[in-house]
Amino acid sequence: MPLLEVKDLKVRVEEREILHGLSLTVNKGEVHAIMGPNGSGKSTLSHVIAGKPGYEVTGGEILFRGEDVLEMSPDERAAKGVFLAFQYPVEIPGVATMNFLHVALNAQRKARGESQLTTPEFLKKAYAAAASLNIPRDMLKRGVNVGFSGGEKKRNEILQMALFEPAVCILDEMDSGLDIDALRVAADGVNALRSPDRAMVVITHYQRLLNYIVPDFVHVMSKGRVVKSGGKDLALELEASGYAQFEDAA
Amino acid sequence: MNLALAKNETGRALSDSFAIARDRLPGTGRVAEARSAAFEAYDRAGLPHRRIEDWKYTDLRALMREVLPLAPTPDAAALKRAATAVKLQAIKGVRRLVLVDGVFAPKLSELDGLEKGVAVGTLRGVLESGEAALQAQLFSLDSANPMVALNSAMMTDGVVIQIANGIVLTQPLQIIHVATGTTPTAMFTRSLLRLGKDAGVTLVESYIAADGAKTYQAHDSLVVAIGDNSRLDHVRLVEDGREAFNISSAVITLGAHAHFNTFGMTSGAAVSRYQATIAFAGEGSRVETNGVNLLNGRQHADTTLFMDHAVPHCASREVFRAVADDRAHSVFQGRIIVRPQAQKTDAKMMTRALLLSDEAEADNKPELEIFADDVTCGHGATTGALDESLLFYLRARGLSEKEAQALLIQAFVGEAIESIVNDDLRELAIAAAQRWLEARG
Ligand SMILES: Nc1ncnc2c1ncn2[C@@H]1O[C@H](COP(=O)(O)OP(=O)(O)OP(=O)(O)O)[C@@H](O)[C@H]1O
Ligand SMILES: [Mg+2]
Repeated sequence: MPLLEVKDLKVRVEEREILHGLSLTVNKGEVHAIMGPNGSGKSTLSHVIAGKPGYEVTGGEILFRGEDVLEMSPDERAAKGVFLAFQYPVEIPGVATMNFLHVALNAQRKARGESQLTTPEFLKKAYAAAASLNIPRDMLKRGVNVGFSGGEKKRNEILQMALFEPAVCILDEMDSGLDIDALRVAADGVNALRSPDRAMVVITHYQRLLNYIVPDFVHVMSKGRVVKSGGKDLALELEASGYAQFEDAA
Repeated sequence: MNLALAKNETGRALSDSFAIARDRLPGTGRVAEARSAAFEAYDRAGLPHRRIEDWKYTDLRALMREVLPLAPTPDAAALKRAATAVKLQAIKGVRRLVLVDGVFAPKLSELDGLEKGVAVGTLRGVLESGEAALQAQLFSLDSANPMVALNSAMMTDGVVIQIANGIVLTQPLQIIHVATGTTPTAMFTRSLLRLGKDAGVTLVESYIAADGAKTYQAHDSLVVAIGDNSRLDHVRLVEDGREAFNISSAVITLGAHAHFNTFGMTSGAAVSRYQATIAFAGEGSRVETNGVNLLNGRQHADTTLFMDHAVPHCASREVFRAVADDRAHSVFQGRIIVRPQAQKTDAKMMTRALLLSDEAEADNKPELEIFADDVTCGHGATTGALDESLLFYLRARGLSEKEAQALLIQAFVGEAIESIVNDDLRELAIAAAQRWLEARG
């Protein structure tokens, strides 16, 4: 059984269809890259998988380990192991990052029937994860993403991924706003989480990220559909020739 | 007392109960005369209703309907239940002064080892045999407000605190009002704090119900005089039972170069009104007020502040935050008057309301009356729901809808709680907010 299966998904936003029958199959252990021009629907796909309100699914289905995801609340999906690293992580003033991470991790564990982590247990885990991502401790004391630079916000997303240990990680443009060094650190963080039980869906505009996180499959999205799939060489091809060749196919 | 003054059923019942209660109300002579005058003032007006501008959003005739009879003096069983309730909320490092069903309870209070220059007595004691000046100060509140008048007429007990010049108390004083009544009754209390010059104190007022307390009315008032160069930190937490009424008034007067920092949070009571007048009587003084309403179900809570800038060079900051869920109704009325001579006044008022349901309501009535020309005054207000994108972010990380809301509500309220200087009292306020959030489910 695939880990994540998107079948003929049709999605509308405010009366306009954005995804017109999109299919994608992701198995355990695989890394998929999704590339495609601005506005082709990549973030929309990631949002619908994570359960963001405001999207109307008019056709198709999303299965996670064979279960209908569309019936689940966003928190149920998270507890079951679906993780979205946001393209634009929000700032939450007044909610300390450490407190948020602790509450979130324990909420997921509770939903799975696992024990709650005490503060010392949690701190140990969080500081270790933060250290491996070069995240200074004082950043964790601030409000969630408040006053974080673009790159720090992205690193905070990867930190959460490392802490929550999800089964499928959807990374929406994790490379945007990262300098070369930060990109390498974040990519190392992602690679460290690669495992035979886990899958990654990496949304990006740039081949460069895929030098660090080498995908098994590359999909090209255009106008709300996957118009071409291939191996990692497809990304190189795109870098050379751009998306124009696919626009007609869509 | 002329019982014929009564105009309607509930009015008559009250006149009767005033007559019946008189034997239990402390004070004779001038005190008794002042009570009668206050009762007449109340009786002429009756319970305030929506056609009186100041009570437009809080129609006590509709919400409270009647004034309940005076609560009996608590017996041993009541005192025991009160002690349990007090213990549940006890925090370290404060001196507790407990009123049970409107009567000072010495056994539950800590009166030993009072610092030099600090005197703590009871309202009963002062009205029965205190100095005339102190009695006059207790009756200084304006009977034009019917609920103040009623309180003046009926006040049974309270705490009278006097702090001498130059005394800065590090240990906060906490007045705890506990209601135990299992039958519908009312309590009437008035407390007084006189803070001398160059002095400082932290005063906490807590309103709680003992387990099993049902419908009751807490009618309270507070008279405060802050001397020159003195500072009062004040925390007020209304956690009355969910069938209770809390009608409280306060008059705070500041001398010169004085500082008043106050935080109030209402998370309990079915219906509550807190009406406070803050009057600047000396130059160079400063006031910060932070208020929070945390309401759900059909709770109604009204905070009405009157900031009276009567002298030059004073500053006031009012921040009020309302959280209203279900069919709850939050009211904030903020009136600022800058009198002609009060040049260089700096007065600002800000209200923020968070509505968690379509049926919740938050009314906000700012009134600025500025009669001086060289002043900085302003007010602002925002009303909104919780930010959907923040909620989704939290839910995508595994928090349920209620948990995500709770975290954002804590953050919203937390900004106000930050204004409390004392660490233990900040914890007390956080715990009260937490209790409300947990009761919400
Ligand atoms: N809430 C919304 N209301 C209206 N239109 C929307 C909404 N969300 C997305 N869209 C539209 O859907 C289309 C797809 O947007 P989406 O953000 O999924 O694209 P994307 O592939 O992630 O683009 P980018 O590479 O720029 O991040 C765009 O045309 C966008 O304007
Ligand atoms: Mg996008």
